[in-house]
Amino acid sequence: MEAIILQILNGLDKGSAYALIALGLTLIFGTLGVVNFAHGALFMIGAFCAVTFSRILTLSHTVVDETKTDFLGNPLKVDVPYLHDLFGQATGDAIIDWAVPLSILFTVPVMMFVGYAMERGLIKHFYNRPHADQILVTFGLAIVLQEVIKYFYGANPIPTPAPQAFAGSFDFGAALGFDPNLIIYPYWRIIYFVFAAVIIGAVFAFLQYTTFGMVVRAGMADRETVGLLGINIDKRFTIMFGLAAAVAGLAGVMYTPINSPNYHMGMDFLVLSFVVVVVGGMGSLPGAVLAGFLLGILESFASMREVLEILPGLNQIIIYLVAIVILLTRPRGLMGRKGVMED
Amino acid sequence: MSKSNFTRRGLLKTSAVAGAGLALPTIFTAQSAHAFTNEPTGGTVTLGFNVPQTGPYADEGADELRAYQLAVEHLNGGGDGGMLNTFSSKELDGTGILGKKVEYVTGDTQTKSDAARASAKSMIEKDGAIMITGGSSSGVAVAVQALCQEAGVIFMAGLTHSNDTTGKDRKANGFRHFFNSYMSGAALAPVLANAYGTDRKAYHLTADYNWGYTTEEAVKASTEAMGWETVAAVKTPLTQTDFSSYIAPVLQSGADTLVLNHYGGNMVNSLTNAVQFGLRDKQVNGKDFQIVVPLYSRLMAKGAGANVKGIFGSTNWHWSLQDEGSKAFVKSFGTKYGFPPSQAAHTTYVQTLLYADAVQRAGSFAPCAVAEALEDFEFDGLGNGKTLYRGADHQCFKDVLVVKGKENPTSEFDLLEIVEVTPVEQVTYAPDHPQMGGPEATLGACNNGA
Repeated sequence: MEAIILQILNGLDKGSAYALIALGLTLIFGTLGVVNFAHGALFMIGAFCAVTFSRILTLSHTVVDETKTDFLGNPLKVDVPYLHDLFGQATGDAIIDWAVPLSILFTVPVMMFVGYAMERGLIKHFYNRPHADQILVTFGLAIVLQEVIKYFYGANPIPTPAPQAFAGSFDFGAALGFDPNLIIYPYWRIIYFVFAAVIIGAVFAFLQYTTFGMVVRAGMADRETVGLLGINIDKRFTIMFGLAAAVAGLAGVMYTPINSPNYHMGMDFLVLSFVVVVVGGMGSLPGAVLAGFLLGILESFASMREVLEILPGLNQIIIYLVAIVILLTRPRGLMGRKGVMED
Repeated sequence: MSKSNFTRRGLLKTSAVAGAGLALPTIFTAQSAHAFTNEPTGGTVTLGFNVPQTGPYADEGADELRAYQLAVEHLNGGGDGGMLNTFSSKELDGTGILGKKVEYVTGDTQTKSDAARASAKSMIEKDGAIMITGGSSSGVAVAVQALCQEAGVIFMAGLTHSNDTTGKDRKANGFRHFFNSYMSGAALAPVLANAYGTDRKAYHLTADYNWGYTTEEAVKASTEAMGWETVAAVKTPLTQTDFSSYIAPVLQSGADTLVLNHYGGNMVNSLTNAVQFGLRDKQVNGKDFQIVVPLYSRLMAKGAGANVKGIFGSTNWHWSLQDEGSKAFVKSFGTKYGFPPSQAAHTTYVQTLLYADAVQRAGSFAPCAVAEALEDFEFDGLGNGKTLYRGADHQCFKDVLVVKGKENPTSEFDLLEIVEVTPVEQVTYAPDHPQMGGPEATLGACNNGA
């Protein structure tokens, strides 16, 4: 029982990341009809926004400490962040400690701009081209972006910890009446799940309850008619691309304390997110969210030692197995519109 | 009247033979006039540095390349001479190798066996490299070593820790200075028993590939010999990024120690996840929960950040060593590049010097002569104390460092502290040890190539 609860919890945070990325992917597919293989790169850029912001906060000047020596025996040069000079050491350190949550403020405009530039600069030229062309160009873009990041930040993962206040884990087991230590779950992962739920809720509310969202949904259903009504739907779709980029970027920012970001983290998530979109139904927002959590939880269960002893290697193929079954039995995906991907 | 024997059948036969001859890789034909593959004829000799320049180990590869460039500079008489001044063999005098100026070409292994073989092949065939060295993974080392054996050049392995490189996959033309999984296990076990006691229940998470298996086997064997019990050993996919599903059940198993047989990005992520889950704050079986990382590298420790604090592991070399050789190398490298070298840089620098010295002592670049000079060669002054290049398996035997993540680092390079220097006797094993492929493992015959 404890093991099952534990793996459901594990699946939730994994599912949160899948759902957030897949939400953006399916939003872009649903609005612009573009299969965006560069979406994983947007997740990665978001994570590096957190890295960049944390580097901005730790911008330092060098002070020579005569009492200590460096590895060559010279007086040790110590970096002192400007924040220490501005706010004193304690406050400065506290701000630096909160770099990841604070970087959300920095990431949203950056990602909106990146999404806007990507759509206007490259992707709009591929609207009327076959999906294969779109996949090739966006995949190429993803490779270029990750190489650019590697050039500036190196190939090694960069530690970007959560604030000290969220270090450690919550003992669900003790709270639920089990033995202590049986069901533990890191605080930051709980925050990630709540954050994902809020973002997903906000995107749905935006599409559901605002005029802008209504027009976008109308455009998704029938682009031509909306255009004939004199509405510039392209402009709104471009904004949606920016929004999708921001969602992916935020997913990346909040993910940095879970795993130290590196340049290929986008690629690690990309394929899985596509499977999520396909399983959920291309273009279906609730489908992406449902499939994200479902596959996250399934993957966690498949990684259990007890399961692996019976079916070794299941953890590596479970998601693809589900995808095959869904594609064979229900090609439009769990919540896809009838007719989509079925012709 | 002469009768021509130019028949259709004859023409076909001749064409087939000629075609086959032309189709033979140049590696086996172009050097036929020479005594061995890529015999240097002019005033220079070319070495091939095959390191990961792209992919996840690119930073480690960059550090290896820096070390190689430094070694070439020192061999050609540039810089301050580095470890040439402390090396116990005094054959190298800064005039290149056998009077030939050292030049080099580089290849990108991408940490993929096929790409590494292709770049090594290109350096041998097109650039005339007489020796191939480098790499940051055991899969690559084993693949390139086999290629060098076929091609008839010497392979001086870079960072490769799997037992197999000089165990079941050992080759007559291949040599490894870096330590291996067996040595890590043998060095770590007594320190762990000392620090954490002999009554421990260990849970292994193991990267699902060759190096992971040999490391798990070595650490299990050595810790069980000390009295530890292995509760479970779970294989994790090499491509795994989030290890929460594997880490969460650890406490449920009753284990009080987690051994992470992971390297590179795997290690950074699994350790970060384990610390995130608060494992190190827990008490199990009345003891503090502990985590062990059998193979440490500074670059990995940097990626894991503060999570490495207090965690034991082993390493081949560390820049804080205070012997004359290490000090000389750190000074040269640090002055040139502005930061201390990594263990990957150290082993590749030393391998280059050892190769050059062996050529000098053999008086020939012929691979078999060089191999003979390296076999059972005893040396000192290169940073690990007295070292033996054992002839039976081409593995270096030297002291092994047990390290611990530092509590209060003074810089981004000052992340590990040496806990113990395990003497070589404690990590030495028989060449036919079961973990090394048993009695069937042989070097085979040395190959001079052309």
